[in-house]
Parts: sequence; C-alpha cells; structure tokens
Amino acid sequence: MASATVVSPSSGAELAAALAGAGTTVRIRGGGSKLSWAPEAPAGLELSTERLDEIVEHNVGDLTAVLQAGVPLARAQAQFAEAGQMLALDPPDRGATIGGVVVANDSGPLRTRYGGARDLVVGMRVALADGTVAKSGGKVIKNVAGYDLAKLFVGSFGRLGAILEISVRLHPLPPATASAVGRSADPDALSRAALALSHARIEQMGLDVRWEDGAGAVLSRFGGLAAVAQAEAAQRLLGDAEVVEDDDALWEAQRDAQRSPAGMVVKVSALQTDLPALIRIARDHGALLVGRPGLGLFWLRLDAGDPSPLLSALRQRFTAVVLDHPAGVEPGPHEPSGTGARMLAGRVKERFDPNHKLL
Amino acid sequence: MDDRRVSVGAGAAWGEGPRPQTEGEAEREPRDLGPLVEELRAAVGPEHVFTHEHQLRTYESDGLLQYAVTPGAVVLPDSTAGVQAVVRACHRAGAPFVARGAGSGLSGGALPVEDGVLISLSRMRRIVEVDLPNQRVVVEPGVTNIAVSQAVAPDHFYPPDPSSQIVCTIGGNVAENSGGAHCFKYGFTTNYVTGLELVLPDGELVQLGGKELDPSGPDMLGAFVGSEGTLGVATRIWLRVVPKPETVRTLVAFFGSPVQAGEVVSQIVSGGIVPGAIEMMDNLSIRAAEDYSRAGYPTDAGAALVVELDGSEAECETRFEQVVEICEGADSDSIRVARDEAEREVIWKARRAAFAAMGRIAPNYYVQDSVIPRTRLAEVLGRIDELGREYGLQVANVFHAGDGNLHPLVCYDGSNPGEAERAEECAGMIVKACVDAGGSITGEHGVGVDKKRYMPEMFSDADLGAFQRLRCAFDPEQRSNPGKVMPAPRLCGEVPGPYRRHPLEQAGLAERF
Repeated sequence: MASATVVSPSSGAELAAALAGAGTTVRIRGGGSKLSWAPEAPAGLELSTERLDEIVEHNVGDLTAVLQAGVPLARAQAQFAEAGQMLALDPPDRGATIGGVVVANDSGPLRTRYGGARDLVVGMRVALADGTVAKSGGKVIKNVAGYDLAKLFVGSFGRLGAILEISVRLHPLPPATASAVGRSADPDALSRAALALSHARIEQMGLDVRWEDGAGAVLSRFGGLAAVAQAEAAQRLLGDAEVVEDDDALWEAQRDAQRSPAGMVVKVSALQTDLPALIRIARDHGALLVGRPGLGLFWLRLDAGDPSPLLSALRQRFTAVVLDHPAGVEPGPHEPSGTGARMLAGRVKERFDPNHKLL
Repeated sequence: MDDRRVSVGAGAAWGEGPRPQTEGEAEREPRDLGPLVEELRAAVGPEHVFTHEHQLRTYESDGLLQYAVTPGAVVLPDSTAGVQAVVRACHRAGAPFVARGAGSGLSGGALPVEDGVLISLSRMRRIVEVDLPNQRVVVEPGVTNIAVSQAVAPDHFYPPDPSSQIVCTIGGNVAENSGGAHCFKYGFTTNYVTGLELVLPDGELVQLGGKELDPSGPDMLGAFVGSEGTLGVATRIWLRVVPKPETVRTLVAFFGSPVQAGEVVSQIVSGGIVPGAIEMMDNLSIRAAEDYSRAGYPTDAGAALVVELDGSEAECETRFEQVVEICEGADSDSIRVARDEAEREVIWKARRAAFAAMGRIAPNYYVQDSVIPRTRLAEVLGRIDELGREYGLQVANVFHAGDGNLHPLVCYDGSNPGEAERAEECAGMIVKACVDAGGSITGEHGVGVDKKRYMPEMFSDADLGAFQRLRCAFDPEQRSNPGKVMPAPRLCGEVPGPYRRHPLEQAGLAERF
C-alpha cells in the first residue's frame, strides 16, 4: 500500500477544512489499534485525530461527558474514575481512542449491563466529506429531537464522515465487584448454565463465557454494596461454582481474548441458543471463544494455523465478521448482509459522501 | 401543509379532555384523490378504505388535540403486503402518507396530511413470535406496548413504559423512541429494538437487523428509531425483553419545594444509586392529582418525590436505606414507604393521574417535554416561575427527575380571548430556557408538528442539513409524514447518477460501502 500523507489537524474546524479540501481519497484514523479491521485501501490522505484529544466537558453531577474523538479511552476513564464514574465501554484497550471505539462499534464485557456504543453515545459532532460540520443529539441523556445521526456513525468505519466530538452518558463505578465462576468441559452444560444466568432475575454487571483448550467457564459479575451476596446467589444458581472477590484479572482476560496480534479474531452475531454450536465449532478448530451469552455476541480467536476452515464453518450458519487477521484473510465485511439493507446503506453513503472521498 | 389550529381543546394525554370544536370546518367538500382511492381499495379491500368525512374526522388529530387535519383517505391494511401495496400506490400517485398507531402521541406526529393517505396500523396487532430462550419478541406495529410485557410475563418484561402504555403501540413507540418512568435506568425504545422490517416510501421492503445484535454496517436501525414516521413504515419489529428485577422498593417523600427535592435527587444519583424510577411533582400537580386520585398526598407539600429502586434483593435493601437516610437528611416533611404492591400502586396512582387531573386546575393546558441537565434544575425552575408570573399563567411541573425531563404544564382557559396564544408563547419561552441551560426541546414526546418551530433553537442550519441527508436517502420525494420534525421544508438534491463506480472500484482497489 502506497503511503498516504498524514495530517493531524489541531481542531475540528481544521479537520473539516482538510477533508473539504482533499482532492484525493481520505482515511480517518484514531489510535491506529484497529486500522487493519477495514479493507486495505489506497488513501491519498490520512487525517489523524491524535491532536483532537481534549476532554471538553465532564459534567460530574449530570453523569455526562463530551470528548473529542481522539481522546484515548484510557485517559478519559482515568479522569471519570477520579469522580467515581466510568464510561461503560470496555473493549480491549491498546491505545484506542473514543472515536475509534465508536466507529468500529467495539465493546467489552460491560455491554451486557450497560449496552454498547450505540446505547451510551447521546450526541455527536461530525465533519462530512464536503466539510460540513453538523451535530445531532445533545448533552442530556434523554433527548428525541431530530434524527439520531450518531447511531449511523456507530459501526460506520469512517465512511460517512469524521467524528469530531462525542457526548456520552456515564455510570457510577460500583463500590465493589465480585464474580461467580462455574466451570465445565461439556459444551451443553456450559451453555445451559449461561442461559440460566441470562434468564435469572438477578442484576449482573457482566455475564461472560469462555472456552479454551477443551474446557469452559461461565463468569457472572456483580457490582454494588452487596456484590458478594449477589455473587453468592449466582453461585447457588450454578450449583458448582466459586466466588471470586478480587475479579479484575478474570475480566481483563475476557477482554484480552478479543484480540490476536498475529492470528485471527472473528466476531459472531448470534443468538443465546446458538452457544452450544459455537462452542463445538471453537473446539473442533482449536479456537478460543469468549463472549456475552446474554447478548449473543461472541469472539472466536485463532492464534496460529490456517484460519479458513474456522471461518467457513462459522459463515455457514452465522454472521461472522473478521477483525484481527493474518495476511491473506480479508477483514470484514462491514456492510449489511441483506440486499435491502445494503441498498439502503448505499443510498445513505451517496447522500453523505457522494464523491466517495472516504474509504 | 395546512395545519389547522384549533383554538380550544386540551393538550391532554390520550383519551382525556374535550374534543376540539371543528364546526367551522364541517362542510368541507370530500377530497378527490382520483384513481388512487380505487388502488387503495384494491390493495386492502374496499371495507378498509374510509373516504367519508365523518369517518375521516376520527383521525384528524392524535393525542395533541390543538392540531387537526382531515386526511384524504384512511386505509387499514392488515399485513406487510397490504402496507406495501398502499405505499406503492401512493408512490405512483405522488401522494403523501402518514402512518398512525393508537394516535396517543403528544406532538402531532401522526397529524394527517390534507389530501394525503392516513395508514392506520391498528389491524396489524399480531404478536408474531415469543422467543423466550433468546429473549426476543417479534410483533406487528399495532401491538400495544403493555401487550409485549404481558406476553413474556411473569419472569420477563419490556422496559420502555410510556404512561400511555395500555393503548400506545410499538409502531408508534419506534417512531417516537418512547421512554417512560423507568428509562433513567433501563433506557428507551431504541435500546430494545433489534430488528425492523420497513416499507420504504417507494414501496421497497427492507429488513434492518433481526434477532441478532450488531448487524454489519452503519446503524441504520438506530437512525430509524425516533425518526417520527418520516423515513418509512415499520411493519414488523424485533424486540429485546429482559428478566424482571428480583425486587422493587418504592417510597414517596414530601418536601417544602421542588428545589429541595431536586437536591435530594442529586444526592441520590451522586451517591452512585441508579433508581429504577425517580419522579417529581410540584404543589400544583399534587393538588390536582390528589383531588383526582385520593392517594393521600398532603396537598400543602411543596414537592413530592417518588423513588423506586429495583434489582437484587440484597443490593436493593442497602441502597433503599441510603435513599431513606438522604431524604431524612434533607428534612423531608414525611416519607411513605410502600410495604406491599397495593401501597406501591397507590403511590404511583397519584403520579400517573397528574396529567389527566390538570383539568381540575384549568380548562386547558399546554404540555412541554423539555430536558435539562439535572444539575441546572433549581435555576430552570426559578426561570419557569418567573415566566409564569410574567405571563400571568399557572405552570404546574411534573417530571422525570433522574434524567431531567420536565413536563411543565402551562394552564390556561381557552375561552378567554388571547389566553391560548399567551400560553403557547409562555411554553415556548420555557423551552428556550431549557435549551439555553444545555438541554433539549423534547425528551420523549417527539418534535412532530408541535415543536418543529423550536428546532432552530437546538440545531444550526448545517445540523438540519445533515438530518435532511438521511431523510433524502430514505425518502427522496419526502412523502412519508411530510411537514414533521424539520422546521421548514427542504429539497432533496439529485444524487449524482444512478450508480457510478468509483475509479478505485473499477480498478478493483476498493469495495463499495
């Protein structure tokens, strides 16, 4: 790939002007941790958000914040944590910016309780391909004025415009956490346990599953003043399980499994009841599986070996999107699978970027 | 569009308040939609097409009775194919159309278009599938909100709960992105819709999402929810349902003033507590509601604060004690804790009665739906008081305190000349005060026709232009619910060419998105 000119504007207006003035194809980049997820394309100009790194507002009393797109998520979290708050988005970090996490629709274990980027973003300011700067939504958590254009940019991979600023809803950091962990080497027993938890009248902060090297675990996390008591209730539900109070490492490992520096990671959108089938696919292909059984979102990771049998097994039944990948494997797809939805996405693209400036 | 303002009529919630006086309009000529009417009859059967003036009148307003427009025809399809046939016929005839659910909306979002077609989805009320193992329910748009929770009882529920939930429909909820008392903790309609089958304004059928989360590509599903019927008609909706909380604890605490109660709300939230619901009423609404509901609220209280916590038993108990302590620490005049479901119901009865009971204070009222950052509450309430005095009108306040969603009710008597106009102006000033404080013109009722004039308070011309791009992608002829949301009509420019391969695509270097 021919190297593109990289420009790092120091303000949203500057980025918009650079975009408007570009006489070539443009790629927007944030922290660069997920660039390989989009198909390689020869952009003439790369616009980096690295200098758009200001935490514009942190409204502690309102539990909201406004972040420039290039703010590293970890830095924002550190500031929120000082006030006992968090942005409930916890994908693997690796230097990711808030803008990158949102355009790639990346997420972590907290999604079970708090939703994904689409559920936490309450407003957005964007620069369109022609340099128009427009905002939608606002800074308050409840707002139905105008179209929710911010949603359109979630998962857009930068092809509809450049995100300049994102308003988010924050949540209180739980004072304590505790997890119940059940283990089984039987895919069906493991899936039954996961489904029992996702259907139980308990309030979980996270519900994850893991399958690795022929054995699996279900992790059920609770936050609050009575975190341990809640985890014990989940333990009783699981029967044979342990309660872990110092549980950060457990969940860090879940997040970490969503990346493979040298291998392949495939994100699968499925149903809760598909879990046994997915575990079997992981087992048969020597892959590591993590995911959110209550949401039906799973990540299969294969660090070495030929990834194509795993990929084709998944694609026979599921919507499977390649994220991290070795040479020779195409990332994506990042376009809708249905004919009608694809047609509509094309019509949206024509209106937002008629000259196909953004790749 | 010719919005006919009706000078009398209460801005009441669904089914409440007097019908507007429309005598002056009674002798209108039947509209001539030409051959379109025959096509509509062929599409859904002649018995499901209304063209008589008295039938059309039934549909002239939604829940916001200040606006009334008689449509050219009303059709009641009972299937996706029926909706598609109707929309296609409209497309061929170049006729505008408006989809309508229960008509309980409070922003004139389902206000018909004169000489256009009103598509009532009231016959599409089938629950298509209840898939409890996957926690999904698939419904047609005319299914009521409450029916979804009923379909998954007793262990699950559908969280968005607008106060009109026994009549309002999921199709309408999708159009408006409806919230409700519990959305501070649980979120809005948009957080629970996982799939939509749509009939686009040109009659194309498109499915966005489905039972699974995260369909690839830009989140068009999310952009459609809350688009107020301007992007097409949803004919099938996939919804996520969740387990019911293990326990629910409810109290009502009374305070000297809304500002004092607002301080309590801030303390609760900054203490890391996320209540299932937290609702406030001021003295005027307490008096009106008490007169109506007999829930035993003290009528001399300056403010009533309903706090409901739900979740795990262990967590809820501890947190509830904290809430009681906070209320006591803030010199609450009295605190009533519900000991059982019946007592909880009594506490909620007064809150739910607040809108309907306003008729006891004034013959008419104008309800607003603005949102403010919660920390600006004291300041904005002060400004609302000032405005009430300035305009010589009583303003009652009922609000979702957790998310700062105010429902100021500007009371007036429409039989006094000029008072309705004064009330409307006062309400407009209240909206402006909320936007100036960093808020929004609408938290859950939608823009519709009623608030479109306030849109420029919140959005610049460039912002509105970006909205228009989405509109044009879905509805280039702008025939789906025209005249709503946007403050002024805008054209859709031509897109360059039908399909033009980018040079990079031709060279095989890039894929089309």
